[in-house]
Amino acid sequence: MSANLVSGEGRRRRLRADTNGPAVFIRIPGKFRGPLRVGTDVLRRFWQRRCGYAHGRAPLMIEVRGLTKRYGSTLAVDDLSFDVLPGRVTGFLGPNGAGKSTTMRMILGLDHPSSGTVRVLGKPYAQCRRPLYEVGAVLESRAVHGGRSAFNHLLCLAQSNGIGRARVEEALALVGLQDVGRRRARGLSLGMSQRLGLAAALLGNPQVLLCDEPVNGLDPEGIHWIRHLLRDLAAQGRTVFVSSHLMSEMALTADHVIVVGRGRLIADASVAEIVAQSAQGYVLVRTPHLARLEALVRGSGGTSVYASDGALEVSGLTGPEIGDLAAEHGIAVHELSPREASLEAAYLELTGDSVDFRVEVGAS
Amino acid sequence: MTSGVISPPAGRSPATTIGFRNLLLSEWTKLRSVRSTYWTTILAALLTVGLGAVVCARFAQLITHAGPGDFDGFDPTLTSLSGIYLAQIAIGTLGVLVISSEYGTGMIRATFAAVPQRRALLAAKAIVFGACTLVIGQVMSFAAFGIGQAILATAHPHVSGIQASASLSQPEVLRAVCGAGLYLTVVGLLGFGLGAAIRHTAGALPAFFGVLFGLSAIVDLLPTSWRNDIMPYLPANAGSQAFTIEQSHDALPPWAGLGVLCLYAAAAIAIGLLLVDRRDA
Repeated sequence: MSANLVSGEGRRRRLRADTNGPAVFIRIPGKFRGPLRVGTDVLRRFWQRRCGYAHGRAPLMIEVRGLTKRYGSTLAVDDLSFDVLPGRVTGFLGPNGAGKSTTMRMILGLDHPSSGTVRVLGKPYAQCRRPLYEVGAVLESRAVHGGRSAFNHLLCLAQSNGIGRARVEEALALVGLQDVGRRRARGLSLGMSQRLGLAAALLGNPQVLLCDEPVNGLDPEGIHWIRHLLRDLAAQGRTVFVSSHLMSEMALTADHVIVVGRGRLIADASVAEIVAQSAQGYVLVRTPHLARLEALVRGSGGTSVYASDGALEVSGLTGPEIGDLAAEHGIAVHELSPREASLEAAYLELTGDSVDFRVEVGAS
Repeated sequence: MTSGVISPPAGRSPATTIGFRNLLLSEWTKLRSVRSTYWTTILAALLTVGLGAVVCARFAQLITHAGPGDFDGFDPTLTSLSGIYLAQIAIGTLGVLVISSEYGTGMIRATFAAVPQRRALLAAKAIVFGACTLVIGQVMSFAAFGIGQAILATAHPHVSGIQASASLSQPEVLRAVCGAGLYLTVVGLLGFGLGAAIRHTAGALPAFFGVLFGLSAIVDLLPTSWRNDIMPYLPANAGSQAFTIEQSHDALPPWAGLGVLCLYAAAAIAIGLLLVDRRDA
């Protein structure tokens, strides 16, 4: 059971609620314990169901089932199904126009799905009692009235969910904006706006965090900061769902990625799995007898290309296979190193045929 | 900076749902924390009081030099409230902006994500804005009346012998002064309703002006019999009866006129409430 005092919420007495149900601090005489246990078990199960925990399973924080969004004749999101689990950063990847933002908006109940369902913490978003305490979202960095100060922007959002001023100050300090809180939002840089969006998402200290393209427009220091923040939040057991079109960024931030292209699910796997499955991996071979080895590789069903520095990049054969082949024919091998595809290469391979607009190389 | 200061996940939200009081407080913060609120309010106040004073000063001069019969049917109350006709533009624009600027900036997504009960949210916004314009409207109309009458009282109508100024104790005068403030409130809510229904400032403002002023221009082109039947029911014509004392024979009675204006505002807000849950934010 985690400590759960939301700072700035000290005055409000709150029910503890997590996997074990509400904590009871009353000492109970022995003869009542038996019957009471039966009673509390029933209560606990009821509580767990209410909180969205399927009995005996890991909680599904975000459940997307058959989600479809149609704008006229365009399918923005096409029968998308996936789960987002707690305690890790889940990346939501796809080229521009793949339907990431639309999906995010549907998760938050902002857009209505054409068909399919989304459940957040086991229930439709609209049934959250005070959403800011449950789900924090960073949708667009500039979603702020330019004439309002950063503090007042956060305050009006906080007040709608019954969160006090003290927590607003805290949230500002949390993202490092305490000195510009009174400045009008119009004057904030893009990086500051991103931080302000994040402060709004953290107001209620929520369990689930959704970020749409959070690193857009941030400087390297800001990117570093947000990457660590997201990872820390996930390490605390929160659910962090981050969209991006930058695979390189997700490779550093996410533990698990959901890849979409043209509104369809392309992959839902851990970062390691996606890299391993990529056909872009190869084995780098250095040998004085390049031509002979190349012929042998081709004969065994592999393919090879010359690297610029005179090494041979072999794909289709594993490292040990190449080593055995060379040994059989008495070829000396100076280097034999398997190279993994980068996540970026794997991603390009996955989304290659689902990019809407592409510059054809040499098409002129 | 580290994120170590963030406490671990809090679990679930408090057992109680968002109260309407929370929404009212939040909307009040929104309204008071942007400058456009203050600018439009100051503009409306200057127009109401200032224009009323200028018009009254000119009339005071004219009445002093007027001959018998020149100013028959002179309505000192309406004269001092003439600034209302311009102030309504400022208040109506504020009504539009209160909601359309939230759509325009994208802030509405953050708002709806925090409060999925969109209709309750819109209602809270309308109530807060309505209450503010109610207070502002009353203060402005009483101020305009007081200053206007003080200026008109300086007139010397020896020749014409008409009564140049009015006082609140006279019949219908208190009603007219209160009615002017109420008229501003309802016009503001009409703007708000149109803003909620249309969502874009660039669309809602012309619609507001069209409903308030454009309709009468169109109805003017209709055959006389139709025109005379429709004219009294147009929003500006109906609503302005609330602060008119000397009524023309074909106009609606004061409160009925204001009621008709209320119906227009209510219809616009109802359309906004109806659509807000159906549309994507």
